[in-house]
Amino acid sequence: MTIDALLFQALNGLASASSLFLIGVGLSIIFGVSRIVNMAHGSLYMLGIYIAYSCATHIGGAFGFWGGIVISTLLVAAIGAMIEIVLLRRIYRAPELFQLLATFAVVLVVSDLTLWIWGNEDLLGPRAPGMTGAVEILGRRMPTYDIFMMFVGPAVLLVLYWLLARTRFGRLIRAATQDREMVGALGVDQARLFTLVFALGAGLAGLGGALQLPREPANLAIDLNLIGDAFVVVVVGGMGSITGAYLAALIIAEIKALCIALGAQTIFGVSFNFSRLTLVAEFLVMAVVLIVRPYGLMGRAQGLIRTLAIPEEPVRAADAMTKGLAGIVLAVLVVMPLASAYWPYATVLGIDMLIAALFATSLHFIKGPGGMHSFGHAAYFGLGAYGAGLAVKAGGLSTMPALLVVAPLAAFAGAALFGWFCVRLSGVYLAMLTLAFGQIVWSIVYQWETFTGGSNGVVGVWPQGLLADRSIYYWLVLALTVSGVMFLRTVIFAPFGLGLRAVRDNPLRAAAIGLDVRRIQWIAFILAGTVCGVAGGLYAFAKGSISPETIHVGRSIDGIVMVLLGGLQTVSGPVIGGPLFTLLQDTLIRQVSYWRAALGIVILIIVLVFPQGVVGSIAHWRQWLAERARRPA
Amino acid sequence: MQWLKSVAVAALGLGWIGSTGADAQGPIKIGEMNSYKSQPAFLEPYRRGWQMAIEEINAKGGVLGRQLEVISRDDNANPGDAVRVAEELVTREGVALISGTFLSHIGLAVTDFAKQKKVLFVAAEPLTDKITWENGNRYTFRLRTSTYMQVAMLMPDTLAAKKKRWALVYPNFEYGQSAVAAFKKLLKEKQPDAEFVTEQATPLGKVDAGAVVQALADAKPDGIFNVLFGTDLARFAREGNTRGIFKDRTVVSLLSGEPEYLDPLKEDTPEGWIVTGYPWDEIDTPAHKAFVAAYQKRWNDYPRLGSPVGYITMQSIAEAIKKAGSTDTEKMIAAFRGLKIDTSFGPIEYRKQDHQATMGAYVGKTTLKGGKGTMKDFRYVDGGSIQPADGEVAKMRPKEANE
Repeated sequence: MTIDALLFQALNGLASASSLFLIGVGLSIIFGVSRIVNMAHGSLYMLGIYIAYSCATHIGGAFGFWGGIVISTLLVAAIGAMIEIVLLRRIYRAPELFQLLATFAVVLVVSDLTLWIWGNEDLLGPRAPGMTGAVEILGRRMPTYDIFMMFVGPAVLLVLYWLLARTRFGRLIRAATQDREMVGALGVDQARLFTLVFALGAGLAGLGGALQLPREPANLAIDLNLIGDAFVVVVVGGMGSITGAYLAALIIAEIKALCIALGAQTIFGVSFNFSRLTLVAEFLVMAVVLIVRPYGLMGRAQGLIRTLAIPEEPVRAADAMTKGLAGIVLAVLVVMPLASAYWPYATVLGIDMLIAALFATSLHFIKGPGGMHSFGHAAYFGLGAYGAGLAVKAGGLSTMPALLVVAPLAAFAGAALFGWFCVRLSGVYLAMLTLAFGQIVWSIVYQWETFTGGSNGVVGVWPQGLLADRSIYYWLVLALTVSGVMFLRTVIFAPFGLGLRAVRDNPLRAAAIGLDVRRIQWIAFILAGTVCGVAGGLYAFAKGSISPETIHVGRSIDGIVMVLLGGLQTVSGPVIGGPLFTLLQDTLIRQVSYWRAALGIVILIIVLVFPQGVVGSIAHWRQWLAERARRPA
Repeated sequence: MQWLKSVAVAALGLGWIGSTGADAQGPIKIGEMNSYKSQPAFLEPYRRGWQMAIEEINAKGGVLGRQLEVISRDDNANPGDAVRVAEELVTREGVALISGTFLSHIGLAVTDFAKQKKVLFVAAEPLTDKITWENGNRYTFRLRTSTYMQVAMLMPDTLAAKKKRWALVYPNFEYGQSAVAAFKKLLKEKQPDAEFVTEQATPLGKVDAGAVVQALADAKPDGIFNVLFGTDLARFAREGNTRGIFKDRTVVSLLSGEPEYLDPLKEDTPEGWIVTGYPWDEIDTPAHKAFVAAYQKRWNDYPRLGSPVGYITMQSIAEAIKKAGSTDTEKMIAAFRGLKIDTSFGPIEYRKQDHQATMGAYVGKTTLKGGKGTMKDFRYVDGGSIQPADGEVAKMRPKEANE
């Protein structure tokens, strides 16, 4: 390889860096001010490219293309403002991260809406008028539009820098990023500020999408493909730092370009194809950066975040009524397979719902009482599943030891290793490090063809002997799920659980009274991961096969949605949330052809009716009724 | 555990009593599942294809005097959910067999489900060789040309180009990896002096086209073997055209002639790539012309490759049931083995030795015609003509799969 080739690839990296920067910068601004993890950011970007396509092809010509970019920026900004006003404004008082659930529903609705409006074919837009050709640099041809893109990123960066540094609006954004309550106390109209910030962030996503039109076809997979990249850019750069976001985009793009330039190389007799690293490069960068610099490249330690949410009630043991209800439900679950002649699907769906309950409960354990928002919980689910599956397939073990020993052990090992790094961070940085670890595990499993079966996974891991019978397997799942849930519940009420919540609510005071903050968090992380591994093992044998999807970020997000649906601040929330999500998806997918939109709308209704999750809100209402009854008439 | 077992046996017994009454002379139920929401570009035309086949068969009185009813489900593009859907189709809907799937890992998961539950599975689309070879079983048959077959079809033209230095680019998952492995193996056998100068494995759906195209060009290859498809293909073709790397190079490209992937390229359709595909508007056999006319009349749209695949899937199932004279799984398996039918692609046969259909594909060169991509100088390659020797197949496929 020549120096010229490397230099030229570095130039390619500059163009990609601009694209990446535009993907992330809007998210950074929105998160900085509103603390909303906006899952719909990729959807807004996708709308940007589709709207730009329509302008470029229907209006046509230079105006259609360049004007289309302006139109899509403004339209997407307006859509963002609308989402904020109609939806998010109603739920700012909900517990932390609950808004994620609402934006997740938006993703589903936008995805089906886009399919309905623009159809199912990929739409490749025209080349940019005036920039269709290429120029000769270093003896190679560089597209003119790529040269234009190299300058777009820095230009947007400069404009935003000026906006933040020199205007009143910018000062308010910076102030709100540091302490939004104080900004409110000083008499600034927070509602308007939030709407404007959301519109700005959305507009930047729309701009990024529209500018991508000549480089990739508008397609329906963009929304989920991008959201990971967007978070990486924001977090590697440091929350709220737009210069950091550009720097992060630059580093990631250049590393990818380098991997591609290196291609297949033989080092010390071992041949390795560096281009395969592009699958996971951004997450490797993120893991390294967060381990070395806990607040990203240019971020600063976050001030104390006072949430707008109602403070959490102390956990209470179940009262007689709840216990009675749980007993009845359990009894029904135990006898359900007996009716399988008339209701054969009940056991099949029941197994999936129970596994979802165990998965969600283990995630809730670190999210709720632990206060550590894992975005990579599927890693432990997948480690359990692959551990159990490979123990049977490659290790020749039988079902029960694989399920009861290998699955939890594999997840334990992963959780112990990753948890050790993760508990050294907090807040969104912790969340993103879990995401990075999750994606790294995923990419290893996805590419290790000879051991894990690569993208096809492992097949032929059905339970053996008696367990091959569906009903008996169902009872095993029920028994392990109930044990797992009760175990974590017991831990929450035990002194360790009290300590865990103390650490979450105020690490400084907890440390002052002698609690070992990191150790407690680490143990909690390991406990949750291990129980999750059992859920993964159960899943592997229920399906007879395992694929990398069990580890993918999509499943982690499903888990978060389950926990939030049930209610973050209740101990029994995930037991309802997990099965509810599974049941909703299973039912809607069968009944409705636009099932994603339907699922999104149902979740939106739940979000608005139960702003503390289903169980959380019911508990809240019961308490309210009880208080009213106690009051003298 | 003893009581559990007796309870389970009792439950199974109840299930048997419950199921005997239901098997009256109602319609024959066929289970169908696919990733409709995740892969709409291929699967909407596919759905239209099988719907049309079912309508035609039922209009002619159905099969064995009974109507066919397809119960179709979305598998959420995820093997775990797909297995649940398959179980639902079998246990609740009581379907006679299952069919469908698009993504290879889902196809494999359902293949294994079919073996475990002893249900017939007709894999319509998934390409991975493992479905009929390493992971093949007696309950699974596959219609579409496998990855190996697609690559083998391109070999005669690849060899005729007489290029020495080859660059390879493929999506980084099993499909891409096994296509490249097959390409290297088949080329080396016939042309031992061939060299592979670079390999680019790109993340599916996220190819960094500019950098990848440049890396290929920097390796100074004489020929490029491309396995990218969908949005990756569009990005690759546009960047390659703008940067002029396809000039004076032979490009051999898998699946790129299929309308699903070729149509979005429009003016960026590269000239003269050697591809496998489906030039629906240029094929002038009477059988295919009749199919296109019926399809356009029914849907007011032109067929994509998914359309005949969907149509022939249901056509095969109907013919197999007719030949079996029953919907008994064992009888249907016996009927499928060696089943011969006439399709819009010509006669096909489900091979006894590996349950692979011999439906072929069209091999030709891409060209731009009236602002749209199509194929020229193409010929139909019968899928039976490019198989490895039977001995080799037998070595790869488990023995019990052919019992």
